[in-house]
Amino acid sequence: MARLLVSGAPHLHVKENTQSLMRDVLIALAPSLLVSIYFFGFSAIKLVLVGVISCVLVEYLIQKFILKTKVTINDLSAAVTGCLLALNLPPSSPWWLVFIGAIVAIGIVKMTFGGLGQNIFNPALVGRVFLLISFPTLMTDWTIPESWFRTGVDAFTGATPLALTKEGLAAGLTLPEIFAANEFTFKEMLFVKIGGSVGEVSALALILGFVYLLIRRVIKPHIPLIIVGTIAVMTGIFNLINPDIYTGPLFNIFTGGVLLGAIFMATDYVTSPMSIKGMVIYSIGIGVITVLIRYFGAYPEGISFAILIMNTTVPLLNKYCKPRRYAKEVKNG
Amino acid sequence: MKRTFSIGGIHPNDSKLSREAHIEIFPVLDVAYISMAQHLGAPAEPVVQKGDKVRVGQVIGKPTGFISAFVHSSVSGTVKAVEPKGDLAGNPVMHVVIDVEGDEWCEEIDRSKDIVREIPFSSEEILEKIKNAGVVGLGGAAFPTHVKLNPPKDKKAEYLIINGTECEPYITSDDRIMRERPDEIVIGAAIMMKALKADKCYIGIEENKPEAIASMKEAASPYPGIKVAVLKKKYPQGGEKQLIDALIGRKVPSLALPIEVGAVVQNVGTSLAVYEAVQKNKPLIDNVITVTGSCVPHQRNFLVRVGTPFSKMLDAIGGLPKDAAKFISGGPMMGKAVANMDASTLKATSAFLLLTEAETKRKEETNCIRCGKCIDACPMGLEPYLLNKLSRIGGMHDELEKEKIQDCIECGCCLYSCPAHIPLLDIIRVSKAEVMNIMRNRSAKQ
Repeated sequence: MARLLVSGAPHLHVKENTQSLMRDVLIALAPSLLVSIYFFGFSAIKLVLVGVISCVLVEYLIQKFILKTKVTINDLSAAVTGCLLALNLPPSSPWWLVFIGAIVAIGIVKMTFGGLGQNIFNPALVGRVFLLISFPTLMTDWTIPESWFRTGVDAFTGATPLALTKEGLAAGLTLPEIFAANEFTFKEMLFVKIGGSVGEVSALALILGFVYLLIRRVIKPHIPLIIVGTIAVMTGIFNLINPDIYTGPLFNIFTGGVLLGAIFMATDYVTSPMSIKGMVIYSIGIGVITVLIRYFGAYPEGISFAILIMNTTVPLLNKYCKPRRYAKEVKNG
Repeated sequence: MKRTFSIGGIHPNDSKLSREAHIEIFPVLDVAYISMAQHLGAPAEPVVQKGDKVRVGQVIGKPTGFISAFVHSSVSGTVKAVEPKGDLAGNPVMHVVIDVEGDEWCEEIDRSKDIVREIPFSSEEILEKIKNAGVVGLGGAAFPTHVKLNPPKDKKAEYLIINGTECEPYITSDDRIMRERPDEIVIGAAIMMKALKADKCYIGIEENKPEAIASMKEAASPYPGIKVAVLKKKYPQGGEKQLIDALIGRKVPSLALPIEVGAVVQNVGTSLAVYEAVQKNKPLIDNVITVTGSCVPHQRNFLVRVGTPFSKMLDAIGGLPKDAAKFISGGPMMGKAVANMDASTLKATSAFLLLTEAETKRKEETNCIRCGKCIDACPMGLEPYLLNKLSRIGGMHDELEKEKIQDCIECGCCLYSCPAHIPLLDIIRVSKAEVMNIMRNRSAKQ
């Protein structure tokens, strides 16, 4: 008699696995990567390569030599972290900056908590924030995409639109004056050229990645849509109250990594809630904190901090936001 | 708009490879091995001895408790032995082994093909006939049908729900009987409505069976109370709780039976067996079994006498296919992997499925990434990842009960969907049994 398998039902399983899900995230990042290569050329390729290789290497070394466990770099999660880390840095970053970020992201944020699935914070984001705090000059020295400001005002090349408005407001200017001085054009921001990190040059490319993730059912639409929606509503209200000081919805959504953060960072499985109810609370929290930081805080961007702050609420949200149960309680049940 | 249940569910490929294979009568073999444990509840007690002559339809096992059922001989001949034999898992179960001689049926059984529509029996007479015919639920659980059709006096059955969803991939036995014997199924439903004194009946069929929908609609047209409802294709639509939700929008409370919301659910196969029992005096001695799988050269639907050895059924399809890696009794989602090929068919055996290693081999388990796909899939709205986590800590029975592990219907959607290939249901099944045990002991003490 031939040898037959015996195991509990079900006898069929989905083909997808952690690796295929992570591969889908990398594919969804491809459009943004291509656009950034178009604008920043070799430096974009270099940063992403260094990010991916160093994250994978750090994970490999820790698993092989420190933890002495099974090496799981094939699941591609470290590659995704490396890619996201690089895409969150200024295009002019030196390679060693990415490497330090990778050590923090994988070594401290991911592996010390027990590896994939155990970390509380989004590794790539902590990596980025660590660098932002440790190397503020390097981390705010943004290369402006080709022809971003044609006015030739040298003083402004090197800062993002968000940073520019923040500085301008601090100097006592009103928003229309700042915008006039810098020729911010929303059309450019919408389609290709956002001054910012490697990965957020093109909103369209990010949205393309979002659509891909939705089609492949890797993520649900809730988190990105609610974050963007919250930011839009909140900035819309503030902007109506005083358009001289408070920037409006479009400006806020398309700058400062909101789309990159909402689509690729806030949706990280491990560090976001599992039930829809939890997702709603988490996403509104991210949106609100982002806007508060931008309007009233010291940092121009804010979404990185907002996501990290809301990451801390995820265990609680998972505990208290239950999915809709089928069965109601019965008395004496 | 087509209906479906409201929480969870998955969409595996339905792989109905054998849907066009007409029902063939499987030959009666030399020896029949008839199990006394063919139903949920207490096994039947053999009432024949070695050397007794039996005919087709003769009682060979009698019920031993309230939830138990008669067992009849499916062949005629001489009782060769009354002894324990391995079931499909290899566990010893009492069997009556019969050497087949000819094919002589009990006289009261009407073997003609005439359709008998008149139902001249009272509710009590119907229940008695169903009980005496050893009819059990053919949807999988094999719950004695006469018990289910006799709800407590204070509960009213408003709806009879006939399950023609056949939501398990691969299986086509229900599809075939709905296409080939729709009138008998509908009359069976009418009989059960009379037994329950219910005036409304839905027959739920999934949209991937258009021919069955058409034939059942036509068969049901003379009966104003019986409606065929077309359902979307989604697993586990055939689960009682899911089907009730899909058809009448009610949800059965935790640990309660469907009658709590005024519904009784029966499978189409059961309906056919009820028809035969009541109108033709024919006990449940044969049933339609699909033999299928991508590695099976010819897909078949057989009408098989109860007690036919699995190995003999494989011989009929040319033996075990070379690349078959798993032999399953039932469907791929809830069926049981067979460990003992010498086991024989039961009343509620619905299919034999052969899967290749590529189709069925489990992948290596990796870390939970909290993707939430198990939560999305769970039709009971549970959190399988959490039940798994709590189970693995050990001793967390109170927490598991609070998280409603007892509501798990073991449909397998969680394990199917998990991209980390964590054996969620395997773990949950063990914990659920422990928790149910604790709950039973507690209520026994009160």
